[in-house]
Amino acid sequence: MSEEAQLVGRCRTGDQQAWRELVEHFSRYVYAICMQGFRLERHAAEDVFQEVFARTYEHLDRLRNDDAIRPWLAQLTRRLCIDCLRASRRESVTDEGDVEAEGSESWDEGLMRLDEALDVHEALAALGGDCREILDRFFARDESYKAIGDALELPAGTIASRISRCLSKLRDELEGRRPRLSASSGSVTR
Amino acid sequence: MSYDEHGIAEALSALPPAPAAWVRAAQELPLLRRVLDEIVVRIEQDDEFRRRVVADLETALQAEGYDPDPALVEALRHRLAAE
Repeated sequence: MSEEAQLVGRCRTGDQQAWRELVEHFSRYVYAICMQGFRLERHAAEDVFQEVFARTYEHLDRLRNDDAIRPWLAQLTRRLCIDCLRASRRESVTDEGDVEAEGSESWDEGLMRLDEALDVHEALAALGGDCREILDRFFARDESYKAIGDALELPAGTIASRISRCLSKLRDELEGRRPRLSASSGSVTR
Repeated sequence: MSYDEHGIAEALSALPPAPAAWVRAAQELPLLRRVLDEIVVRIEQDDEFRRRVVADLETALQAEGYDPDPALVEALRHRLAAE
């Protein structure tokens, strides 16, 4: 059973800490679908984001396979984004042509990219020391060496070399997870 | 995917954090739901409380010791309108 499925199982028992972890875990994924996949305006993205998690909380019992939480969330977010765009009448949206209308990337390609990114973030979460913070701040939060150094009380001049070392550790972590990732991706419907 | 450093860097960049307030609000859903249920039951059982809620929701909540958080107030208005 994947870590995500275990998290869903804990949520079903009413474990509130598990719910907080589930939201934290998938928040970037849902946010990216809203903002990158559908390019919603910020206020619309916030509405969709909250609705996704409200429905997830309400309907978690209906999920037949806990391992399918990720594709289930992706489809729910997609459907709500489409509804939102239709309601705003910003543009004519069709079920199949929405993402293509916004860029060159199809829905499937875009989702695959975000799925891979979430796998990498999961591996990052497993790294110890400062690596998680350093890599997340530099790549995902787009912070400067100075900002990272200030926040973590590290000399700014050492950040570049730490990033390089941490990337190397993350690559090793991902290589170690490869069989698990392959196995879990085969057990869900994408 | 291939785990070269360029690919890993791109993957990390693809998922910036959602705004902290959005995440917090979603994390508080269970608590919000519980408080909401509690208030709705009170409204159904206590006519005087119901009258005060209809007159001025925020003040009625404050008087009963609830924090009239905008998310709670909005959810309550929505729930009451649906009933």
